[in-house]
Amino acid sequence: MPQVADKIKDHARLFNEPEYQELFARKKEFECGASDEAVAKQADYINSWEYREKNLAREALTVNPAKACQPLGAMFASVGFEKTLAFNHGSQGCTAYFRSHLARHFKEPCAAVSTSMTEDAAVFGGLNNLIDGLQNAYTVYKPKMIAVSTTCIAEVIGDDLTAFIQNARAKGSVPEDYPIIKANTPSFVGSHINGYDAVIKGAFTLFWEGQERGQVTERINIIPGFDGYAVGNNRELKRIFSEFGLDAVIISDVSDQFDTPTDGKYRMFDGGTTIDQIKEALNAKATISLQKYCTEKTLELVASRGQSTASFHYPMGIKATDDFLMKLSEISGKPIPESLEKERGRLVDAMADSSNWLHGKTYSIFGDPDFVYGMTQFILELGGEPIHLLATNGSKEWEAEMKALLATSPYGAKGQVWPGKDLWAMRSLLATEPSDFLIGSSYGKYLEKDVGIPLIRLTFPIFDRHHHHRFPTWGYQGSLQVLVTILDKILDVLDQETMKSGISFDLVR
Amino acid sequence: MDAETKAARKQLVEDVLAEYPAKTAKKRAKHINVYESPNPDCGVKSNIKSIPGVMTVRGCAYAGAKGVVWGPIKDMVHISHGPVGCGQYSWAQRRNYVSGGVMGVTSWVTMQITSDFQEKDIVFGGDKKLDKMITEIETLFPLNKGISVMSECPVGLIGDDIEAVSKKKSKEINKVIAPVRCEGFRGVSQSLGHHIANDVMRDYIVDKAVAKNADQHFESTPYDVLIVGDYNIGGDAWASRILLEEMGLRVIGQWSGDGSVAEVENGPRAKLNLIHCYRSMNYICRHMEEKYGIPWIEYNFFGPSQIAKSLRAIAELFDDKIKEGAERVIAKYQPMVDAILGKYKPRLDGKKIMIYVGGLRPRHVSDAYSDLGMEVTATGYEFAHNDDYQRTTEYIKDGTLVYDDASEFELERFVKALRPDLVGSGIKEKYGTQKMGVPFRQLHSWDYSGPYHGYDGFAIFARDMDLAVNNPVWKMHKAPWKKGE
Repeated sequence: MPQVADKIKDHARLFNEPEYQELFARKKEFECGASDEAVAKQADYINSWEYREKNLAREALTVNPAKACQPLGAMFASVGFEKTLAFNHGSQGCTAYFRSHLARHFKEPCAAVSTSMTEDAAVFGGLNNLIDGLQNAYTVYKPKMIAVSTTCIAEVIGDDLTAFIQNARAKGSVPEDYPIIKANTPSFVGSHINGYDAVIKGAFTLFWEGQERGQVTERINIIPGFDGYAVGNNRELKRIFSEFGLDAVIISDVSDQFDTPTDGKYRMFDGGTTIDQIKEALNAKATISLQKYCTEKTLELVASRGQSTASFHYPMGIKATDDFLMKLSEISGKPIPESLEKERGRLVDAMADSSNWLHGKTYSIFGDPDFVYGMTQFILELGGEPIHLLATNGSKEWEAEMKALLATSPYGAKGQVWPGKDLWAMRSLLATEPSDFLIGSSYGKYLEKDVGIPLIRLTFPIFDRHHHHRFPTWGYQGSLQVLVTILDKILDVLDQETMKSGISFDLVR
Repeated sequence: MDAETKAARKQLVEDVLAEYPAKTAKKRAKHINVYESPNPDCGVKSNIKSIPGVMTVRGCAYAGAKGVVWGPIKDMVHISHGPVGCGQYSWAQRRNYVSGGVMGVTSWVTMQITSDFQEKDIVFGGDKKLDKMITEIETLFPLNKGISVMSECPVGLIGDDIEAVSKKKSKEINKVIAPVRCEGFRGVSQSLGHHIANDVMRDYIVDKAVAKNADQHFESTPYDVLIVGDYNIGGDAWASRILLEEMGLRVIGQWSGDGSVAEVENGPRAKLNLIHCYRSMNYICRHMEEKYGIPWIEYNFFGPSQIAKSLRAIAELFDDKIKEGAERVIAKYQPMVDAILGKYKPRLDGKKIMIYVGGLRPRHVSDAYSDLGMEVTATGYEFAHNDDYQRTTEYIKDGTLVYDDASEFELERFVKALRPDLVGSGIKEKYGTQKMGVPFRQLHSWDYSGPYHGYDGFAIFARDMDLAVNNPVWKMHKAPWKKGE
């Protein structure tokens, strides 16, 4: 009998006990599985080049993709506006999933409502659901603004958001002039990064339509993009702006929303970009996106209003941060502050101190296209060698940009770029052409287990570790955090490897 | 409960409803009640469409069919058929543990297999893609024992014929391919998804197994039973199975936690079906009773009182050997139970818990809390039916607040007003509750712990409730300089 009150064994240990091992053996008799020999053979085969070729030749099947669907990104972008309720027009299960998914990453409450469309709505359209939904959400949760996005059902049956919302206003669900952002976010187009784009664009459209661009201000709009580290990164951005003395505003700032205190009060809404700031954004000097692939449509709109735009790819490391700061300086006409220059020097200092451990290590990286780009660029600066670079939601354009990046450094020679591929493809890639480390999200833990390559968690979603999102990964300061995360893993692995023999288990590294 | 407290609770319900628009208040009023003992039901309506915009906690039919019933069958490849999201968000989230499986070789439970529909699939239909996918699955995962096709919303709207594709490909690969029409817009919650999943399991595996089984050698015993409606979350089914085996029964299948196609096919061979989650798998039990004359019994393996009661009730349906076996098992674990209660009951005695979960737990865990000296002060279900609420009356006390398909708004208000010592609900409710300074345990995923079933599980359950309720952090949320406020 395994359990003793003073030392209770839970799932992690209980089933290693002989009682349970015997139970598994008895159970196996009833499973009529393949022979141990056949299983071993197949387990071996899936690590082969031959399997890799079949795996990469897939045309229809997707296995373990590293992307989510549009409305998830829409929800993320929506709650970055002040007191704004994310509102999905479609089936309620979708909303339950988005809320759970974000909650599992941020360890925060993630509120959103659904219009709960069911079979009758599928036949007759979801108008009544939208009318009731807006009225209930407005009355109960008292948001300042509602951001409507769609899920599959509403898109497939072709519900007309504009007409429906107009109808709801006419029926008195919400006041006539109540602000409602609209975003069509079908899950069968693009990924969460496009849903993010659609909501930001929707916010600008809502407040800019019919407005003339007036007196241009000193303001710079900053759009961070979909970012699991937004809490840390947005605060880091704001610190950088204040060092600079810039008038910069983050468009959709979730840093407070996804980091509310435990002080006895539940805040459904906290922080965020205000409606006035969205309005003022029209007259800003420029709009900068920190993740190009999250903001393609938004920047098109911004540019069409005569505003200058610039975009980056997840600014991590020296050059990416340099470029970002120089752009801020160029637009604002303000010099890069000495304090930031000093931070740059400290990052270079840290890189130099650790370079003997970092140099020549090989990495495979997966995640959203901008993250993979930014991460790869930093790895190259660290003297690391990128091997497999994969973005399930990466495009041909991304592939070309990645290849151009790799070509800038001798350390990029081994890099292979994999747009549109999934993590089961990554498994084959790593099994046949391994790298020393793997950088990605929690989903990478299965790869770590299967191919024995240590995982470094540095991008969304991180379900199985806590609080990483509270620390920045952008700018010089954030890059330092990234450097330490990578270095800790390298040295932990080395300690693990040398622990047994004791040889090279050194006190000083 | 005294009249005054009860009246206050009724007033609380009134106050909460008053904040809704009138039409919504009227509808929601039917789903919330203060229980009057000994009424034979909880006095709430259930299994009705959720109200748009109020923030229901419910999921969809796909969640019920793929996420709950089919997903845990380990040696099948479960296709999330449609766009990428549904499969992504449900990927390995229910902690359905698997024994002996090799991921991608003999088990696919922790993998996300999807057709990742693109716009062209919506326009031209996804049947051809499905056909090709199944071929590719056979190439990459040849040791699979079958495939399920779990439909997402668009599939049912664009007129795809997944049944025809499944039939054709099933002949081709000579394995079961089960088309499950669990589009998220069907029904009002996860519940219809369970039902649809049961029906497909019946039609595509269980009934077909009878002919197949006839050709195979299988030594039956009078003690052959199935575990039904245990999804092996954190290993629950194993912590249950061990007791059944110890009392002398032979478990010939687990449905569906750590399950396999062969175990589902064993269904018609069972002498008795033991059902834990009545809500999600009663349909198939009723079918097997009707068609194969296999009786079924609902049991409850949460907490020592219910475990002993259930072991005895199960044993009643067998001979003396099993009856003695049940007594032996109960006696064997009693010292451990005493030690656990000795340690944890004093730490939990008198604490109040508020529960809001899914299928069986809003009632089933109740006595496990009572064993620890705790009291369920409020409870409710996301997707129960009337029969669940009738069954609930056996567990709850007079004056218990009962809510069906509660909105997040209602839950927040009830937590605020009742200030329970612990809330047991899901991931969406967890963090908001904790912000209020109220301890919380997820009662879907066991908050990444478990198992909670059986005697071994009860020890963990007791430990976890203690660590939730008595963690020092819950005394820190108020800054000391704000004491007077």
